[in-house]
Amino acid sequence: MSALLQIEGVSKRFGGVNALSEVNLTIQAGQVYGLIGPNGAGKTTFFNVMTGLYRADAGRFALAGTPYEPSSVHKVAQAGIARTFQNIRLFNAMTVLENVMVGRHVRTRNGVWAALVRHRRARVEEAETRRIAQHWLDYVGIGELAERRADTLSYGHQRRLEIARALATEPKLLALDEPAAGMNAAEKLQLRDLLEKIRNDGRTLLLIEHDVKLVMGLCDRITVLDHGQVIAEGAPHDVRSNPAVIEAYLGGGVHG
Amino acid sequence: MSLSIAMTQPTQRARIGLVLFALALLLAPWIAGQAGGNAWVRMLDFALLYIMLALGLNIVVGYAGLLDLGFIAFYAVGAYLAALLSSPHLLTQFPALAAALPHGLHTSIWIIVPLAGLMAAGFGMLLGAPTLRLRGDYLAIVTLGFGEIIRIFMRNLDRPLNITNGPKGISSVDPIQLFGVNLARTQDILGFRVPSVYLYYYLFAVLALLIMFACVRLQDSRIGRAWLAIREDEDAAQAMGLNTRRLKLLAFAIGASFGGVGGALFASFQGFVSPESFSLNESVAVLAMVVLGGMGHIPGVILGCVLLAALPEVLRATMGSVQQWLFGQVLVDPEIIRQLFYGLALILVMLYRPAGVWPASREAAR
Amino acid sequence: MDIFIQQLLNGLVLGSLYALIALGYTMVYGILRIINFAHGDVLMIGALIGLCAIHLLQSAFPSLPNVVVLIVATLIAMAACALLAGIIERVAYRRLRNAPRLAPLISGLGVSLLLQTVAMLVWTRNPQLFPQLLPLDPIEVTSGDITHAPAITNMTAIITVVIAMLVMGGLLLLVERTRLGRSMRAVAENPQVASLMGINPNAVIVLTFAIGGALAALAGIMMASNYGSAHFYMGFLPGIKAFTAAVLGGIGNLKGAMLGGVLLGLIEALGTGYMGELTDGVFGSNYQDVFAFMVLIAVLVLRPSGLLGERLAVRA
Repeated sequence: MSALLQIEGVSKRFGGVNALSEVNLTIQAGQVYGLIGPNGAGKTTFFNVMTGLYRADAGRFALAGTPYEPSSVHKVAQAGIARTFQNIRLFNAMTVLENVMVGRHVRTRNGVWAALVRHRRARVEEAETRRIAQHWLDYVGIGELAERRADTLSYGHQRRLEIARALATEPKLLALDEPAAGMNAAEKLQLRDLLEKIRNDGRTLLLIEHDVKLVMGLCDRITVLDHGQVIAEGAPHDVRSNPAVIEAYLGGGVHG
Repeated sequence: MSLSIAMTQPTQRARIGLVLFALALLLAPWIAGQAGGNAWVRMLDFALLYIMLALGLNIVVGYAGLLDLGFIAFYAVGAYLAALLSSPHLLTQFPALAAALPHGLHTSIWIIVPLAGLMAAGFGMLLGAPTLRLRGDYLAIVTLGFGEIIRIFMRNLDRPLNITNGPKGISSVDPIQLFGVNLARTQDILGFRVPSVYLYYYLFAVLALLIMFACVRLQDSRIGRAWLAIREDEDAAQAMGLNTRRLKLLAFAIGASFGGVGGALFASFQGFVSPESFSLNESVAVLAMVVLGGMGHIPGVILGCVLLAALPEVLRATMGSVQQWLFGQVLVDPEIIRQLFYGLALILVMLYRPAGVWPASREAAR
Repeated sequence: MDIFIQQLLNGLVLGSLYALIALGYTMVYGILRIINFAHGDVLMIGALIGLCAIHLLQSAFPSLPNVVVLIVATLIAMAACALLAGIIERVAYRRLRNAPRLAPLISGLGVSLLLQTVAMLVWTRNPQLFPQLLPLDPIEVTSGDITHAPAITNMTAIITVVIAMLVMGGLLLLVERTRLGRSMRAVAENPQVASLMGINPNAVIVLTFAIGGALAALAGIMMASNYGSAHFYMGFLPGIKAFTAAVLGGIGNLKGAMLGGVLLGLIEALGTGYMGELTDGVFGSNYQDVFAFMVLIAVLVLRPSGLLGERLAVRA
């Protein structure tokens, strides 16, 4: 079975610093995959390279068996990788529903002519867009907030909105950059339930996270980065007891 | 209440508002004519032209969030095109052409206006293609530079070939003829003597309504949402798969085309064009209208236009006499006061009401 | 060949002026990441205030030598514009530090309009004669012959270049060697951390604006001295061109602004001169401004980081 996401040999330098060295990552369809590591390990850099925000110095990328060149962000999204942002980037002046409708943009076609003339097909597509957007809002649990302005939502709800918006693009891979950042314990539990639900419905997820407990409880496989290199890869319990991983997190020379 | 719902099911309030607006539009010239004669109706005509321009700029600035300070260049392109195609200028410069067209060069307005729109859109894409990836402030300066370049060329393309007639401009531009009716002459309609400024008013009003209609339709569509997304957060928009480059180019081209149409109408209305009508001050004036009215909000933009376009005339009437009464003479040119208002408007709106004087309800509902 | 020398000289004078103005843009951009649209008009106000000061001094102290009058007037204008620039920051920009990018730009536009309006009110729309207090007698730099006129300059031009160089050198010293300069650089890098170190970011920002304003006033007076007139719109084009120069050299980079300014002046002078020659005057000095705009577009499209600047974004 070919992997959903296959990335090999990614390297990236910033000036004199090797942000990433020969990083490999393979995700199977239907998995929840975690990417962890201490601060500065290169997780976000890798994420940004993978989604086209940065250009890698070296690396091969393939999604669902098809190679892709992460040269432009929107093309990566069109190919099927949808991402969320660590610091939640919504379209603040738009309503909650409209935010998700933007997520549908990449799977719809109405252009200028359709906008001006509103012929039959255009109206049908617009109604479908609205309906599907509402569906995703209901799916993540904020359906009744559809008409609120996006920036009036609570932090937890904003995070859900971002996820709903990403899901609306019908991605092959949903990539989340520190989705639990800034959340309290209760919110994290709700997030975990949501992510499990998404996984159980057959989606593939990639997660960067600092919250090790969340990652261990949720992910099927984990890659650990440190100083731009992969130091461990495997199932949670293997990674957790890997001495290199422990050392990376706690620092050298500490035992016990 | 979001705008999209308002558009799909107009509420009672919206319907009444529309009817009132239509009534106001219909009666405005007659009211203005009573108050200040033909001069005030002429002012309304210019206000309508500004409305067309401002709605065009609104697409660029208000919807897509691109600060274009050289917008007036598209107006100039449309105006000069109209002037060149319907005045004796080219014929006097190129005898071969004069020989080929013994009846003169009188292109119909039905050809000029769409052509002006297309050409302006073309210029818009030409300017936009290399520059739209620049960040907001750089884009502003580059577009400003482009506007100035156009003006310099208009002012100097009288050598080696006299195309634009330099600083003297092109005059004797044909007025608009619609269905055989010459809008520059007073016409008898149903027993009423309708002066030319009134005729132009209704023509411009119809076109302005068409442009308004197009804007409303665009705003509440997949494309409109995409523009708004780009304005709000371009990176996030890209991450959702939006080809922001192409969308920005589209906004630019459409906005430019409205400017071109306005320019063509302006040339025919005024009867002559000169480079000095298309300076940075004009770009800023249109921007002020968009900003004041509420970026992206159509009724607000129209209000901004009316306020800022009517201002010089009102000032001329009032300030002139007030100063006369106070000081016995007019100390301060109303033009200067107008510029003062523009400057203050821009600063104060940015500081205290960045969503505009009459923002969209979605903006106000915080 | 003489065209070359002549235009080289012209270009140096122009370039020095552009460099002085560009410094103001680049410093403000380095600290606040905004383009101060009103900067060119501060130059204009400086020139006009200088004009007033000169008139005042000459009527109050008729026996004062010209050079002294010019120096005193310049200092007055520089002080006034430093104050003006500080006020502009406080009123038009401070509140908008966290607003979307377009807001300070539009606000700056408004300030620009206001300044022009004030100038129109006080000094009318007509160009005002600016007393040229430094000698204007032509100094031959190269000797001419039958077919070519000699390349000439004059004391005013020479002093312009010299003063500009001195001032720029002084600014570099200030920024790189003094504690104040360190504070400025710290705030440009990271205002929050700077404030933790006991630096008051607002004070530094106001000071940055003030220095820029003073430099603009200096440039304005020198410009007016070279060309003999000052009017309400004189700041617009130099402002845009100086911004181009700042971008050419690398925005945020002081040496870049100086380099960019001089380069742009040279490009403009040489380009216009040669184009005029080549086309027999058809495309000559009337297209002078187009050069600057073309350079601007070219730089921003091809190498937005400028000659000495760093990459602004880590984009693919």
